Amino acid sequence: MQASSHIPHDVSYLDYKGKHKGLLAWILSTDHKRIALLYMFSMMTLFLVGVLLGLAMKLELIAPGKTIMGAQDYNAVFTVHGVIMIFMIVVPGLPAVFGNFLLPIMIGAKDVAFPKLNLFSWYVYIAGAILVIISVLFGDGSPDTGWTFYAPYSFKTGTNMLPAIFGAFVLGFSSILTGLNFIVTIHRLRAPGMSWTKMPLFPWTIYGTAWIQLLATPVVGITLVLVSLERIFGIGVFDPALGGDPILYQHLFWIYSHPAVYIMILPAMGAISEVIPTFSQKHIFGYKAIVASTLAIAFVGYFVWGHHMFTSGMSGTAQYTFSILTFLVAIPSAIKVFNWISTMYKGSISLETPFYWAASFIFVFMIGGLSGLVLGALATDVYVHDTAFVVAHFHFIVFGGVGFAFFAAIHYWFPKMFGRMYDTTWANVGWIVFFIGFLALYSPMFYLGLQGMPRRYYDYLEQFHAANILSTLGSWVMTFGLAIVLINLFRSAKSGPIAGANPWNGKTLEWTVPSPPPVENFEEIPVYGEKDGPYEY
Amino acid sequence: MSQVIHHDEHYDAEGSKIGMWLFIFTELLLFGGLFIIYSVYRFSNQDAFHLAAEELNRTVGTINTIILLVSSMTIAMSTSALQKKQKKTTLALLGVTLLLGLVFLVNKYFEWGTKFEHGIFPGSQYMLDHLSQGEILFFGLYFVMTGLHALHIIVGMVVIGFAYAGVRSGRVNADRAALLENSGLYWHLVDLIWIFLFPLFYLIH
Repeated sequence: MQASSHIPHDVSYLDYKGKHKGLLAWILSTDHKRIALLYMFSMMTLFLVGVLLGLAMKLELIAPGKTIMGAQDYNAVFTVHGVIMIFMIVVPGLPAVFGNFLLPIMIGAKDVAFPKLNLFSWYVYIAGAILVIISVLFGDGSPDTGWTFYAPYSFKTGTNMLPAIFGAFVLGFSSILTGLNFIVTIHRLRAPGMSWTKMPLFPWTIYGTAWIQLLATPVVGITLVLVSLERIFGIGVFDPALGGDPILYQHLFWIYSHPAVYIMILPAMGAISEVIPTFSQKHIFGYKAIVASTLAIAFVGYFVWGHHMFTSGMSGTAQYTFSILTFLVAIPSAIKVFNWISTMYKGSISLETPFYWAASFIFVFMIGGLSGLVLGALATDVYVHDTAFVVAHFHFIVFGGVGFAFFAAIHYWFPKMFGRMYDTTWANVGWIVFFIGFLALYSPMFYLGLQGMPRRYYDYLEQFHAANILSTLGSWVMTFGLAIVLINLFRSAKSGPIAGANPWNGKTLEWTVPSPPPVENFEEIPVYGEKDGPYEY
Repeated sequence: MSQVIHHDEHYDAEGSKIGMWLFIFTELLLFGGLFIIYSVYRFSNQDAFHLAAEELNRTVGTINTIILLVSSMTIAMSTSALQKKQKKTTLALLGVTLLLGLVFLVNKYFEWGTKFEHGIFPGSQYMLDHLSQGEILFFGLYFVMTGLHALHIIVGMVVIGFAYAGVRSGRVNADRAALLENSGLYWHLVDLIWIFLFPLFYLIH
């Protein structure tokens, strides 16, 4: 490796010619911006696979009985849909794409702390994705356990589980390395003068997320290793026939997988906290409250895993403890919502596409969050457990929350990433079609769940027919909206009008560098003075 | 006009040490999951765990503990030697550390081998016929936890191998000691985990 190199400052990261050419210039690049785009395109591909699987499920449910697939195929479809969407899209999504691209720029650094490790994380991610794909394409049938790999079924079923479980383990490893990298980056590479209380909120949420990635993922890692060893050797820890306890698997699994929900939602909240002040042209309301609530969510999130297991068998004391702790999470989440609304109050709001996505994020997030309290309360949870209600809640939070925030973020930072502006009319049309489709797709599931329709069945009783038709129609409308959004973005990345360095009049550091940013981001590392701050309008 | 900025290769010893400590956290949590499982099953199968622990060879366990403790000492000494710019001593001490790691693995190999000969391994018919469920769990955990630990010993030795090569070529020196210090940290972690495994499996009765 060279001890030093000369990189011109007026060449953008997209046009930069390093020592490699073509595809190699991307897959061997340690530039955080190129790695971000690598993640984005690989995720986009996998996301489309996940969407198609989701559409297939909704099509199956358009009528009672077998429509396009039977029980076993349906089990495989919802399992693979879940594994792809959870482990490959929403968990790594915002940190790996926008965290990678923007975190260094927003804190005034040239790159992350460990650029090579960053590229390595992407390879680990791809390896994990390939393993999961292998489990689908080869062996005796696709995984059919659901994305949770519950014991004892996950080591008893004859389907090709091992590559899928190992794939999830490998994806977790990628997540850990990314988190580690970001924590060190934030500790070591903030611009001079950027104290903790002057750091923008998106990096703050990435920081909270990184800690969860780091501290929670190893637990699911060892759990997945154990369930694999159980399958290969029969070590007994989760096998009741050998004295093991399958409930213990559920505990260990959710010790990670509940905090993982906050890995998904925290950066989404961070992106929204950037979008709203910019389009209100106003200082964010309650900066410190948002930071504190971010850390509070990250912390309390560790102690609520039991609420996934209210019907699995737990002592009464454990049940109400977990229930109370679950309710506590609602407080910091609500604080954030109030802060976003207060930021808009008396701001000069400009109705641009990112703002629409952000506003609809708040709407669906609130529905998702409040329905979560129904599930967190003991009495009601027993009633709606394992029904379509859970599916609706989960998708309002994870797809509504994270998905809407992702689209808000991409429409917000798109001109920065590609140096071009998208067609705003089509972007808005795409948003409204998507939004209507989303509501039509998932809202009926609340009703269906309350009526008692169980989840994870390819069939249902005639009484659930009407609402299911609405839901399936919604899935088509939403996918249509998604297509408009994506086609618009792809076309604009190539041929949209050139965007300036700061099209939205944002105040965070990424808007001070050219669009698209040069390879090393800053010609001179910026210095934060006494009065500078990320939201000084 | 092409503006050119000077780009020094980024080297942040403090940063890489923070990174290593964070990674050590994740390792602790990885084993933490296993320790939780161990304590749950120890609590519910006290007599069986007592009985099964008698099967393990304490002498080999003690020897391996001493070996790891000494190896932790030698790698710590190698770091000091590097600071004092005694390259040869550093290399010798690293060599001793590697050798001790290897001896540990050889002992482990024979220990596991004896168990296998007696029909004690996960999934064996002998265990199903002759041992209680608690004992099966004990040996299941024994093989998983010591096996995972042995895997960490191997990874640690590979890392130390890189540090050795680095010191020999001079890339790792008194001013750029992060790689050696980090391998030392990792090796201490591996040692520390064994310090917990040893009493849990061999000593508690």
